[in-house]
Amino acid sequence: MTESEIREAVFKVLRKIAPEANLHTLDPNQNLREVLDIDSFDYLQFMIGLHETLAVDIPESDYPQLATLAGILRYLSAK
Amino acid sequence: MGEFRMPSLGADMEEGKLVQWKVQPGDAVKRGDIIAIVHTEKAEIEVEVFESGIVDRLLVQPGALVPVGTVLAILRTDEKGATAVTPAVAPPPKPAGEARPRISPLARKMAAELGVDLSAVQGTGAHGAIEKSDIEHAASLQRAKLAPPLAQPLAVAPSPPSSAEAYQGMRRAIAAAMARSNREIPHYYLETQIDMSVPLRWLEAANQQRPVQQGLLPVVLLLKAVAHALGEVPELNGYWKDDRNEPQKDVHIGFAISLRQGGLIVPALLDAGRKSLDELMAAMADLIQRTRAGRLRSSEITDGTITVTNLGDRGVETVYGVIYPPQVALVGFGRITERPWADKGVLGVRPVLTATLAGDHRATDGRRGAQFLESLTRWLQQPEKL
Repeated sequence: MTESEIREAVFKVLRKIAPEANLHTLDPNQNLREVLDIDSFDYLQFMIGLHETLAVDIPESDYPQLATLAGILRYLSAK
Repeated sequence: MGEFRMPSLGADMEEGKLVQWKVQPGDAVKRGDIIAIVHTEKAEIEVEVFESGIVDRLLVQPGALVPVGTVLAILRTDEKGATAVTPAVAPPPKPAGEARPRISPLARKMAAELGVDLSAVQGTGAHGAIEKSDIEHAASLQRAKLAPPLAQPLAVAPSPPSSAEAYQGMRRAIAAAMARSNREIPHYYLETQIDMSVPLRWLEAANQQRPVQQGLLPVVLLLKAVAHALGEVPELNGYWKDDRNEPQKDVHIGFAISLRQGGLIVPALLDAGRKSLDELMAAMADLIQRTRAGRLRSSEITDGTITVTNLGDRGVETVYGVIYPPQVALVGFGRITERPWADKGVLGVRPVLTATLAGDHRATDGRRGAQFLESLTRWLQQPEKL
């Protein structure tokens, strides 16, 4: 998968959680949970969505690496 | 015969709009079935029926805004009642020589206002007297002839209000409930710090054994510990009604859920005390999703016996809550943060949670409130028993 494919998949999952957000203007280095007002329940839904869309296992201990869009793309590209 | 009335879906509700009927005359319903959708200032609510029976008549058309307590439908709740109003049974002959129908002054006035022909109305009161409900029935039959049939309720259902209107309505509902709370309830506040290392370690290990779809969130442990602690201090679980505290046997935890578009709704996690952690997590996920989709049930809106508000996701450390009347307590949780923590003479760093209790001082005193927070702390230190 290319990085832009991964990005599209991530956006698709995020749109279900924060439908009102304009994801294309997102600063890749900002904390996603703060910028998009994602609470812990929504964050878990986000992780479930990534798991189901991209078929990756993300252990809870790795969650800190997935705090920003840049971090998420880096982490998923390496998987 | 049973009457199905516009329910009061919260301390703040005065009227509701019937959006849709989920049943038609002749349908059998049992207690707990959803029979109507009602729009309140906060949300559209799926309203459950309290009695089992057969739907006899629908008295209110979709789209009507009516005060709480208005009879919306008549149910036949027993066999005797059922035969008495089954249309196939001929009505009893009118007593001979009666020049004019027996009718109450209120019903006569109503008939005149609604343009109901009294000679066509069959009274159901004593000695065949025509009552208010008979006039309402007759008027609704007349309307039904003119209006689209009830079988196509969506055709006449009002369009949902714009999100700005909905938000204003929600603010008004919150304003009414919270102003009443501050006016009537003498709050006391207690606060305690809880070392969360044991429960969080247990949770991390538990989640490692689970697929991500079945992951548990820390708040589920908190909710279950609240339910257990209420078992030890039941006075905090219930309502202040008629100048006395009425503790409730079942624990239905009202869980504050904020909406992305603003505002909040506090539906109840029913029977939280009897659910396992997995069941509670599933129930919470279901409740959050249905709250945000606007598909709550009336019992979830009305049956909360205590409220839990968790602002830990927002970076807040301490929550001093406003009790939702007629409840008598609110438990607030802040963010779990690393703090210096002295234990047995050794200073270390621990994840620490600040838990607060807002209590109604009419119902309980600080001592019982303190026992609740102690019990909550104790339960959280034994996560395997939750």
